Amino acid sequence: MEFDETAIDKKWELRLYVAGKTPKSVTALSNLKKYCEEHLKGQYRIQVIDLLEQPQLAEGDQILAIPTLVRKVPEPIRKIIGDLSNEEKVLVGLNIRPA
Amino acid sequence: MSITKPKKPAYPTLPKTPTGITGLDEITEGGLPTGRPTLICGQAGCGKTLMSIEFIVRGAIEFNEPGVFVAFEEKSDELAMNVASLGFDLKKLQEDKKIRIDHVHIDRSEIEETGEYDLEGLFIRLGYAIDSIGAKRVVLDTLENLFSGLSNQAVLRAEIRRLFHWLKEKGVTAIITGERGDGNALTRQGLEEYVSDCVILLDHRVINQISTRRLRIIKYRGTVHGTNEYPFLIDEDGISVLPVTSLKLAKQVSTDRVPTGIPALDEMLGGKGFYRGGSTLVSGTAGTGKTSIAAYFANETANRGEKCVYFAMEESPNQIMRNMRSIGVELKKHVDSGLLLFNASRPNMYGLEMHLVAIHKIIKKFKPSVIIIDPITNFINIGSISEVKNMLVRLIDFLQEEQISVMFTALSLNTIVNEQTDEGVSSLVDSWLLVRDIEYNGERNRGLYVMKARGMKHSNQVREFVISDEGLNLIEVYVGPEGVLTGSARKQQVLLEQTGKAIHTHSIGRKDREIARKRKVLEAKISSLNSEYESVEEELNKVYLEDELKKEILEKNREEITRIRRGAEDTNKPAGGK
Repeated sequence: MEFDETAIDKKWELRLYVAGKTPKSVTALSNLKKYCEEHLKGQYRIQVIDLLEQPQLAEGDQILAIPTLVRKVPEPIRKIIGDLSNEEKVLVGLNIRPA
Repeated sequence: MSITKPKKPAYPTLPKTPTGITGLDEITEGGLPTGRPTLICGQAGCGKTLMSIEFIVRGAIEFNEPGVFVAFEEKSDELAMNVASLGFDLKKLQEDKKIRIDHVHIDRSEIEETGEYDLEGLFIRLGYAIDSIGAKRVVLDTLENLFSGLSNQAVLRAEIRRLFHWLKEKGVTAIITGERGDGNALTRQGLEEYVSDCVILLDHRVINQISTRRLRIIKYRGTVHGTNEYPFLIDEDGISVLPVTSLKLAKQVSTDRVPTGIPALDEMLGGKGFYRGGSTLVSGTAGTGKTSIAAYFANETANRGEKCVYFAMEESPNQIMRNMRSIGVELKKHVDSGLLLFNASRPNMYGLEMHLVAIHKIIKKFKPSVIIIDPITNFINIGSISEVKNMLVRLIDFLQEEQISVMFTALSLNTIVNEQTDEGVSSLVDSWLLVRDIEYNGERNRGLYVMKARGMKHSNQVREFVISDEGLNLIEVYVGPEGVLTGSARKQQVLLEQTGKAIHTHSIGRKDREIARKRKVLEAKISSLNSEYESVEEELNKVYLEDELKKEILEKNREEITRIRRGAEDTNKPAGGK
């Protein structure tokens, strides 16, 4: 779990669930960081959860697929699964850009 | 349909995990394949979820094997509520770490897919759940919900395949449930049945507005199994699959006899009644007293201290008890003492097979020595003649094995269908009593025949069957030149005979007196003749004596004369002398 201490009251809270350092997970994380920097600079916080280390956390957010990105804040909760390679879909899915 | 006893093999066979579900372990010869996945498929509402939860719960309670239930459809609370009616306390079991319920929620509207992914998250969750309680059993209900939540079919199919292998590697005995697909497909995706080692198909069919649940094992790798469709029942004790009865005719038989409760009927059956474990059919037209005979039998059984189950198919128990009280049979006390159990259900409450399962269940639980099914006739409404016959064969078979005597009653109407049931069933039963209306002289009376009684001496005569306040009785009918007389005609005939006898005795008396008189007359005559004879004799004697006297006197006179002449006149020789 790694997050930016200074962004505790940020508008966007994102969680990325991964299972070890698989190519898909690495791609997803780098894609996410890229989009956030582009569109949500300074207003976001990313929490990466490795289920291999904390399997008990999978149930809480109803994680099935890996990797899964969960938007905890703002409500409602949104989930995006996959390596986040399609920027358009990710932005729409996170409601950063209207569909 | 018989299942052979498992032989002792020289090589190790597939290990099996018992399900604890009544009957299922018999059909599968021990249970589901241990450490392998089993698919249970079927349409909506056929009992897939119930069967799988029962597998988990019974595993945890009866076999001490913890289990994980992954619900893709129902929430944990809903599930707990649904099975609470079966007496399964899921909350308690979860607290005791015996089972774990994991609800997997997939909502398409919440999920966006971009790029590549896999289902490692599900594997991790499942793995965590299994490891946290040391589970030996796993249920995934219903896996294909994944397909409605996620759109990448290729990934899903590959991942489900991987899941099955993963489950095998984990060494857990798994049940995967699946909705039935279109047409003949067992599952929607056409995938699970190929990767499962055992496939059980549940079915829910409605025939003649009556639904019957059935179960069939479609595949079971590496073992023999029953291949037929087996009906099963879901009730307050969970699922029970009809145990398969052997159709071999090699059963123990008893020479023990059970009385019928009607002494005169016992008399007709060689003086002892029916054989224990035998089957009896009482058939007759409406209102001939079939139920009364059955109630007597039940009463007699309870009086002996044995248990009896009365399956009432037409009347309610209270109705039967009230009606039987009117002929002096008090069944209530036996019900209260627990020796008599009434089970009332309409025949069309459920299908034939369900009836059979229900009867099985009650018998297994109550362990009676006599059962009564009153009447079997209405079964024809819910199945064809051959189906009814088939069901009864299996029932009789089962009862014989358990050494339980059974009495069926059957209403015979003058319709072809019912005659056929009558005849169809009569060939199965050991004894057959027929109560028939004898219509004569403006009244109807009941005549009872013993149509057959296997292996015992029985009367070939008709008896008049009388139901009165005192109870049932059998009376010998009057058989005479006018034919068979019953009822008031019989009574009339008896009276007629009594009158005849009286007249007869009276006339005999008169004749006797006549004779006595005649004798007197004759005797009088005889005595008068005697006296007449005496007088004639006397007369005759008198003449004789006079003659003697005369002769004597004459002799004397002559001698006198001779003496005188010698003295006085010697010359005067007697002139008239000889």
